[in-house]
Amino acid sequence: MIVENKRSLLVKKIAAHTFLLAFLAVIMFPFLMVVSISFREGNFSVGTLIPQNPTLEHWYLAFGLEYTRANGTVVQPPYPVLLWMWNSIKLGVISAAGALAIATISAYALSRIQFRGRMAFLDSLLIIQMFPTTLALVALFAIFDTMGDISPIIGIDSHVSLILVYLSGVMMHIWTIKGYFDSIDPALDKAAAIDGATPWQTFRFVFLPLAVPIMSVVFVLVFIGVVNDYPIASILLRSEENMTLATGSRFYLSQFEYRWGDFAAAAILSGVPITIVFLIAQRYLVSGLSEGSVKG
Amino acid sequence: MTVAMEAQLGARGPAWRDVATKVVLALASLGILFIAWIMYGVGQALFGACLVMLALAFFVIYGFRRYYFARFIFPGAAAVLLFVAFPVIYTIYLGFTNYSSFNLLTFERAQEVLLSSRVIDEDSRRPFALVGEGDEYRVFLPEGEGGFLSDPFPLDGEPISVSAAAVDAPPAATLEMRDVVALRDPLSRVDVTLPNEMVLRASGLREFAFVEPVFQEIEDGRLENVQTGAILTPNQNVGFYQTAEGTNVTPGWRVFIGSGNFERIAQSQGIRGPLVGIFIWTITFAVASTVLCFAVGLLLATILQWEHMRFRALYRILLILPYAVPGFISILVFRGLFNQNFGEINLILSAVFGIRPSWFTDPFLARAMLLMVNVWLGYPYMMLLAMGFLQSVPQEQKKAAILEGAGALRVFFTITLPQILPPFLPLLLATFAFNFNNIVLILLLTTGGPDIPGTVIPAGQTDILGSFTFRIAFMDSGQQFGLAGAITLIIFLVVSAIAYANFVALRRTAQKG
Repeated sequence: MIVENKRSLLVKKIAAHTFLLAFLAVIMFPFLMVVSISFREGNFSVGTLIPQNPTLEHWYLAFGLEYTRANGTVVQPPYPVLLWMWNSIKLGVISAAGALAIATISAYALSRIQFRGRMAFLDSLLIIQMFPTTLALVALFAIFDTMGDISPIIGIDSHVSLILVYLSGVMMHIWTIKGYFDSIDPALDKAAAIDGATPWQTFRFVFLPLAVPIMSVVFVLVFIGVVNDYPIASILLRSEENMTLATGSRFYLSQFEYRWGDFAAAAILSGVPITIVFLIAQRYLVSGLSEGSVKG
Repeated sequence: MTVAMEAQLGARGPAWRDVATKVVLALASLGILFIAWIMYGVGQALFGACLVMLALAFFVIYGFRRYYFARFIFPGAAAVLLFVAFPVIYTIYLGFTNYSSFNLLTFERAQEVLLSSRVIDEDSRRPFALVGEGDEYRVFLPEGEGGFLSDPFPLDGEPISVSAAAVDAPPAATLEMRDVVALRDPLSRVDVTLPNEMVLRASGLREFAFVEPVFQEIEDGRLENVQTGAILTPNQNVGFYQTAEGTNVTPGWRVFIGSGNFERIAQSQGIRGPLVGIFIWTITFAVASTVLCFAVGLLLATILQWEHMRFRALYRILLILPYAVPGFISILVFRGLFNQNFGEINLILSAVFGIRPSWFTDPFLARAMLLMVNVWLGYPYMMLLAMGFLQSVPQEQKKAAILEGAGALRVFFTITLPQILPPFLPLLLATFAFNFNNIVLILLLTTGGPDIPGTVIPAGQTDILGSFTFRIAFMDSGQQFGLAGAITLIIFLVVSAIAYANFVALRRTAQKG
């Protein structure tokens, strides 16, 4: 576009690439280290960054298998990583499905049905959504502690309680889906109404099929949010077999038992699938956050 | 559209369907009401009332066609009210109570606990033997030549009362000690009444004794110590039974104490001091994190937007990796890497510079480490957003400025930045709010440490308000939910201010766009 000096352009290009490469080296350092540590013998650093005697011990343990060392000692896996992963996935899928159902129905109503207090409802959703869960933790604990007196299913250390809390995190997603519904041509629902469809039928047979792309995005977002949640899960879950990845992983690096090598393998095992899901979804994530929320 | 929909409301289904729906709804509502009643039964009138309102709304909205449209909103609104709005308000309410591990129960439960405490009358201790008779058992209490033999009873774990009669000679065979040990648990629920009306219970593995309650209830909910005659008076202001001298007797119960927690915060130097420090650090941390992430993200986005750059897609995907990896994993990885003795970062630093910084025990270094890790975690989000906003800046203005002779930096600060800042503002505010409550980072990386010396409750140099509250409520200082609720109110006020500012900023952006 603008005529630039070829030489100065080349210098600039080299400078830019050098900067980015140096920056990336710093950013990538933790990832490379974790891979190296997961193959290193023992749980303490031994003075070298690249393992001298690579071992699969940590990986065996991460997959929940026994490992027999060269000298014959058998090592048992310290924590049920695969079980925690299963818990995380289970909670994530159920919460995401539930939150999606609630968010889609509400978003349809907010986009298409004119009722009194609609704008007030939208505004309050937007404001409530800005309050972090941190504010509610004490009460959530107190509530479920009490509910446990009625039935342990809705008490502390129950996955049902946790799902109930996760279901409530739908406000942001109502906005995202509403933004999508707003962009659907109103002629479609008029046509449906003329054919005799009730609003519910219009939603079920016209809007739902159209919303599949945005719904899959929201599903992934809720799923990732649930898998990554630490504060709520850490106050509501107690026993080791109920833990999620986020709450269980911290045991590896406690002051009393430092399992750095075992943690590295477990971290890669559990981190890679979530990272891939996230990388696929990230395009939509950013557009949803910056667009969906401002369309009033 | 609306007109067409209202026309549809006239079209009703068959009458039986309408009735059936109403019946199902009534049953569902009754179910919720039943749970509400149980809630009330266990002393949670507040939760019960919430559920009654929920049941009512549920029945009205789904039972009457007038409220047809509300049916779409109800599930979302109920979820938000029950698990977001109500808990936030309830947490703040708890800030006005003394709810803690010392005052955990309701008054009725605390009284029950005291009334069920028992003391063994030492003088009445006597050995016993157990006699097996088919499925049933008898207790034999020797006295002189003979003793007392109880009626046969089953040992199935149910509480049971049996009477014993005097016999002249001990029974022929009694159970071995190890068999008695196996029956210890059901045996502890057996009361044996002697001919002189004395009730004995198992007081150990080998002995039965007269076990009497410590307290009995007298008028006005007061308790009398059966042996000493001392009176305990319930004090509803502090939530404890108190002796005549005013000593509290645990367990206590929850009471409303008004501004008690706030007075404690304001008056106790050991709480107020650290709280002020934590508040300042929270703001510093949130501002520094936001600004640093924004600066790094914007810089990278600007480079990546440069049309002469090659491999832009590859750089982009590598640069957002820190954002894609689950946060709890990255934070724990850093916890290990920064470890004073075994961490790889100190390994490199000591090899190259011969230093081993104490990242977790030096307050300044701990804070610096938090910021470094948080920038690592947070810049990709800013970069992604900035790349979007940079595209919307018109190229013509930049070209014109360059033709006028402006340098690249000048163009950036006078043309690009002023144009992307307004739409960025709500997102920056949101990032600030997020970091203001970024307790996951603090709890998983430093757990607030190193500790501030001389505090009443554990408080750390790197604690932010949220993690401080979390620790007061759920970690090492005895579940002080009331105090945590009081501090939550402070956080709530700050967050409200940010939320309002954010809301206004969003509205402005929406109007312009």
